[in-house]
Amino acid sequence: MPRLEERCWSCSCSTGVKSKELSSASWIASKTGEMMSIITSVLRQAYVSLYHVQSANLIRRGLVLFAVGVFLALVLYLLQIQRNVVLFPEEVLDTLFSSAWWIPPCCGTAAAVVGLLYPCLDSHLGEPHKFKREWASVMRCIAVFVGINHASAKLDFANNMQLSLTLAALSLGLWWTFDRSRSGFGLGLTTALLATLIMQLLVYNDIYQYTSPEFRYIRSWLPCIFFSGGVTVGNIGRQLAMQFHRV
Amino acid sequence: SPLNSLNCGVSLDAPWWSHPISARKPNGCQLTPPPRMTVRERLRQNISAAFYRHGLLCASYPVPIILFTSASILTCCYPLLKLPLPGTGPVEFTTGVRDYSVPSHGTQGDLGERPDWYRGPPVAYIQQVLVKAAVSPWDSSLVPVDVFRSPLGRVFSLLEEIRDHVYTDRSLESLCLQVTDLLPGLRRMQSLLPEHGCLLVSPGNYWQNRRDMFDSDPDILKTVHQHEPKGLHTSATLKDLLFGVPGKSTGVSLYSKKRVVTYTITIALSSYDARFVASLRARLKQLHPSTNCSLREDHMVHVHFKEEIGIAELIPLVTTYIILFAYIYFSTRKIDMVKSKWGLALAAVVTVLSSLLMSVGLCSLFGLTPTLNGGEIFPYLVVVIGLENVLVLTKSVVSTPVDLEVKLRIAQGLSSESWSIMKNMATELVIILIGYFTLVPAIQEFCLFAVVGLVSDFFLQMFFFTTVLSIDIRRMELADLNRRLPAEAGMPPPKPGPLRPREAPPPSRPSPHTITLQAPAFRNLRLPKRLRVVYFLARTRLAQRIIMVGTVIWIGILVYTDPAGLRTYLAAQVSEQSPLGEAGLPPHLGVAPVFPGGDPTSTLNVLPAPEPTPLPENQSQGHGEARSGPAPLTSPQITWGSEDEEVWRRLSFRYWPSLFSYYNITLAKRYISILPVIPVTLHLSPQEAIETRHPQDTQHAPRTSAKTTELQADLTLYKVAALGLFAGVLLVLLLFCLYRVLCPRNYGQNGVQHGRRRRGDLPCDEYGYSPPVSEISPLLLRGHSMDIECLANDGMLLASCCLAGQIRVWDAQTGDCLTVIPNNGLRRSSSSGCWEHRDGWDPSSPAYDADSLLGPEARNASTPIMDNEHPLRRRTTPVRPALFGDQPDLTPLIDTNFGEVPPSQMMPGCGFDFGELVERAYKEHEASPPLPFPPSPPAARQRRRSLGDQSVAPPEQVLLAPWDWDSSVWSMELRGNLIAAGRSSGKLELWDAVEGSLRCCNEDGSSGITALAFLNNRIVAARLNGSLDFFTVDIHKPLGLLQYRGPPGRASLPPSPCYSSEDVISCQLTRSVQCAHQKPITVLRAAAGRVVTGSQDHTVRVYRLEDSCCLFTLQGHAGGITAIYIDQTMVLASGGQDGAICLWDVLTGSRVSHVYGHRGDVTSLVCTTSCVLSSGLDDLICIWDRSTGIKLYSIQQEVGCGASLGVISESLLVTGGQGCVSFWDLNYGDLLQTVYLGQSGEGQPVRQLLVLDNAAIVCDFGSELSLVYVPSVLEKLD
Repeated sequence: MPRLEERCWSCSCSTGVKSKELSSASWIASKTGEMMSIITSVLRQAYVSLYHVQSANLIRRGLVLFAVGVFLALVLYLLQIQRNVVLFPEEVLDTLFSSAWWIPPCCGTAAAVVGLLYPCLDSHLGEPHKFKREWASVMRCIAVFVGINHASAKLDFANNMQLSLTLAALSLGLWWTFDRSRSGFGLGLTTALLATLIMQLLVYNDIYQYTSPEFRYIRSWLPCIFFSGGVTVGNIGRQLAMQFHRV
Repeated sequence: SPLNSLNCGVSLDAPWWSHPISARKPNGCQLTPPPRMTVRERLRQNISAAFYRHGLLCASYPVPIILFTSASILTCCYPLLKLPLPGTGPVEFTTGVRDYSVPSHGTQGDLGERPDWYRGPPVAYIQQVLVKAAVSPWDSSLVPVDVFRSPLGRVFSLLEEIRDHVYTDRSLESLCLQVTDLLPGLRRMQSLLPEHGCLLVSPGNYWQNRRDMFDSDPDILKTVHQHEPKGLHTSATLKDLLFGVPGKSTGVSLYSKKRVVTYTITIALSSYDARFVASLRARLKQLHPSTNCSLREDHMVHVHFKEEIGIAELIPLVTTYIILFAYIYFSTRKIDMVKSKWGLALAAVVTVLSSLLMSVGLCSLFGLTPTLNGGEIFPYLVVVIGLENVLVLTKSVVSTPVDLEVKLRIAQGLSSESWSIMKNMATELVIILIGYFTLVPAIQEFCLFAVVGLVSDFFLQMFFFTTVLSIDIRRMELADLNRRLPAEAGMPPPKPGPLRPREAPPPSRPSPHTITLQAPAFRNLRLPKRLRVVYFLARTRLAQRIIMVGTVIWIGILVYTDPAGLRTYLAAQVSEQSPLGEAGLPPHLGVAPVFPGGDPTSTLNVLPAPEPTPLPENQSQGHGEARSGPAPLTSPQITWGSEDEEVWRRLSFRYWPSLFSYYNITLAKRYISILPVIPVTLHLSPQEAIETRHPQDTQHAPRTSAKTTELQADLTLYKVAALGLFAGVLLVLLLFCLYRVLCPRNYGQNGVQHGRRRRGDLPCDEYGYSPPVSEISPLLLRGHSMDIECLANDGMLLASCCLAGQIRVWDAQTGDCLTVIPNNGLRRSSSSGCWEHRDGWDPSSPAYDADSLLGPEARNASTPIMDNEHPLRRRTTPVRPALFGDQPDLTPLIDTNFGEVPPSQMMPGCGFDFGELVERAYKEHEASPPLPFPPSPPAARQRRRSLGDQSVAPPEQVLLAPWDWDSSVWSMELRGNLIAAGRSSGKLELWDAVEGSLRCCNEDGSSGITALAFLNNRIVAARLNGSLDFFTVDIHKPLGLLQYRGPPGRASLPPSPCYSSEDVISCQLTRSVQCAHQKPITVLRAAAGRVVTGSQDHTVRVYRLEDSCCLFTLQGHAGGITAIYIDQTMVLASGGQDGAICLWDVLTGSRVSHVYGHRGDVTSLVCTTSCVLSSGLDDLICIWDRSTGIKLYSIQQEVGCGASLGVISESLLVTGGQGCVSFWDLNYGDLLQTVYLGQSGEGQPVRQLLVLDNAAIVCDFGSELSLVYVPSVLEKLD
């Protein structure tokens, strides 16, 4: 920081000498000094806030959750594509990354938001989540979530109703097994509704298209997947909140 | 029902039906249920009794049970041998062509060896026409291009022939497989592959099957190679697809040695018409006779393809496996307090895996063949079955008292967890049952497997894992025995190690694990043998080697059986070598026709060329310079061998799937039928070759890069190696990053210390940034001259006593010093005289110096406070009986002249040079505003001081004191405005906190008072000799008695002076329990009308306060009691030197839970409504769930600060550190704030911490007290 300031000083001084206006040069220099001090104070504040334990923890947790979200989104997207394309030519991966590159970041952001929201909501409601607070349970939860996706992608159901009911039962089972909190249920439900709504809006506005021609099929499993995803990410977020603060 | 039978079997087998269980069992489960019980409770009791008996059985006969379990595992896994090896290669089935009929869909019995996939029509029938063409005789006028230009040109006429072939009004168009569009992603191959028509593939596709395009193509090689992928390719390339033979054997190359061009025309037929195919075959053979060819034509090969696993499918699979491993890792990490952590983790994993194998084996035994992809559902099965039960079992068994016998421990552990295990099992079964009724076949199959897996897992847990656990626990006791024996034999005790650095000589205390040896012979003889086996296994690393060998064998089998793998390669090698071997025999032509349709493996070398030359490979020189030379030119020979029968075998096994996948036809789980190949031999004359030349062909100079193909192969190898290396490095880096992210610095205490101390040590970094100034500013209460010894509070008032014996009373709100009760003329001097008074800094009282140095007449009371051996001793156990008996000679005097010394680091220690310290202190002192030292009035008893900042003047009036001043204060309590102080001489004094006057004194006992409890109007004093005295405080004024408040604690009113100084207060000994404990009482707590004492004799006693009657003697600790917590809600928790924490029910005296949490003593205990907080000598603060006894998390404290712990509200925890206190969110273990008490970074450790009622905390900070108000931000959390 001091080095940068020096350079600015010398720079403004040189311009001042060039223009041969000593007074204005000093004015410029003083102004620059003020600006620099303002900038340094702003930077310092940012640094302070970054240094502060809580916000640093928050950022780290957010980053981890973002990574988890991106990763899960990629994996699940691949799973869903498999349902529609039987065998991959090598180009599918390219098209995957070219056509819908924005999906994984979106999912990552959503995961970060939901995962940070869960512990926050817990602490605001004053009922800390204590049910099965351990990493093994979280891993189990993720595995079940991927399994639900796998089932929805790989299995052939007789009709959409059956698919929806099965997935709904599985999602509720996931919540009951790993969460069992009212806030978790509510937040998961909200996530599911919001995400489905956003997806519908995207589809209606032709921003995004389903690969499957049958639209109703997708509509039948999307909310369940989003619900269980919300619960899963919330589980991760809570565990992270506990883990990161256990200095 | 299987469970019932299981239990019955167990109970019948168990020979100890009448074993005295009920006396030992903690949860009081009896075999005969009381009459009035619900069904649920009776069931619960029955289950736990059955589990108890089962645990006894398992722990008694470990070896037979393990043998039995292994045998049953092997039996159940036996049907697995019939299942095919896991792999993705296609499988084949050969039938004859003659009597071929399309297999029916039905599942009528097994027809011979017909595989079960051989049902229904195939996706396609493949008819291949294998063309071998050569220009012969070879001529020196020919250029290299001629090798393949004219032979390739003949493909168009052949195609025409095939297309136009008609047999009884059936044409190819009606029979062939009609394909539609290519996949959308394959636009660039649109011109090369047929669309909207017959699937007919040949090299002619390069030129859209048009002869004119071929003729006008100047560079055939370029056309062929321009579609080859540049990078690595594992699947079939376009060249392979169109030529139908491996790229190297096509002969389309400038440097071909054989000068024979080989390619196939592949026709996919949708239906099989034997007569049409036969007529086509006959027609082609007739047109292009390959006379010497004797390929077999009577076999049809059906190839079944398994599900494809591409990269895109592999990613989810790999993800699930990673998650699975993480799950296993995090699960097994929780196994603790056992002998061999890894052994038990391995046993747990083995349990789960073998239960899975058993389920698959059992299912296939009963005719249910697994159709699901095993690799995909495997992780989910493991997750469903889970490792939870195993961990719960381990934890429960480990939590049983260590001093019990192993059998009983196992049995108790099992029975205490039986109900939850059964409940979980029932829940999972119900969930799976629900899944079974989804009526989706795949889910049903999964559920079936999961049910069988769950049941077999339960079986294995009960028999296998329990037994392994019993062996492990027995080993642990044996190891402890081995460790303890030399210690008893006079060896020095084992070094405490880095865990306890602040306790220089570890106190000799009983080993936490007491051993009950039932049958020494049994143990000494049998266990070492078992151990030897284990050690042998570990030493030779047998298990790893077996696994490695198994893996290698498996890979080998896979490679060998793979269609594209070793077997075909070997076969090809053999068949290639055989012509060389036979080359020595001149009469080839004579031999060949003898075996016209003979053995397919025999190789027939046919030399159709007019000029047969022996050993053609050795002499053929296809290179440019050789051509111009005089060397005899060899004419190409077309040979037909057995390797030509099934050309497709030499291609990648993905050849057919990739060909069909271009048209979105999957071959996964389906099959194709490959008809016998039609051989076509083409001989072209040199004239024809020259005629079909393109004008540019002759200009083709032999390229300089002659070895491009070899180079390419080499490059491929290098690329693979480099990629592999890169991927490995990347993986390692990724894992490292993952590790850093997931496990942030909470391993061990070093990281923590570093982190926190850095903040303290570096108040400014290079940017001039100082750490955020906390809004909590501690209020320092100065005045004591030495380290604070006792702290007591009662809401508004705060009393503290320092080592000098001075008692100060503070206002807890403002921090003002209200009263100072000085101690008189005491001079500290240890028995060895190592800490001497120095003349230079105490000019005011030379007489006392002489007095103390002369020593013998020094008045005596042992002050253990500054004993050199315990510079940081625990507050909860103030005495060591072995060290401090009632020895009057050791009494040091504490000179109140220490009051003149400014507060500084007064480290007591032998040989400590005070001079430097004092000089430094004086310098500092001069810099600071000088403290006044007013000559104190002689009537020191009545003196009141409100200026807390001032030091106490040297009280010269010591000798005037009518009572015994010379003993130090060992314990202190504050109620109302009465201070009860227990002295080392056994005196109990009651002081007025406001007035500073002594109100009452009781000298009934002579043994030092180690702990005091002041409740209502009763005082309980625990003495050093183990007796417990109950005093009653009587105030001879009715008003005062009325105003005396009820129970103290949180709900207490702010204290008001309840009696005036005129009241006569008397303190009478009402009852003295002489032998309350056999050993010194270490802890005394009183609440809710109960007095609880803990002693070094491992017991806790509960007394009623009113009549001093002993209600319970609680046994269960394996060491002296070091910490007790009791509050108004009758929660009683105790912690001992064995690191165990027990929760008791005060009403019944039964133990609620029992956990081991610390390595070393438990130093303090606090309970909230939901958790139990404990801190230990290992400087770890553990937070436990109160109802289940599960450790929620733990916080590593700094060294020496472990004992300071306080809970402000339900969710706010305060801990002390090096010169700071930290606030934590109790629910999350979340560090909220750290408040630094002093300016300088190097702080003394905060060793005592007291939570006041007004959400303030007070803690000792060297010789100062620090009052920290918790700001409103934190109060909002409540």
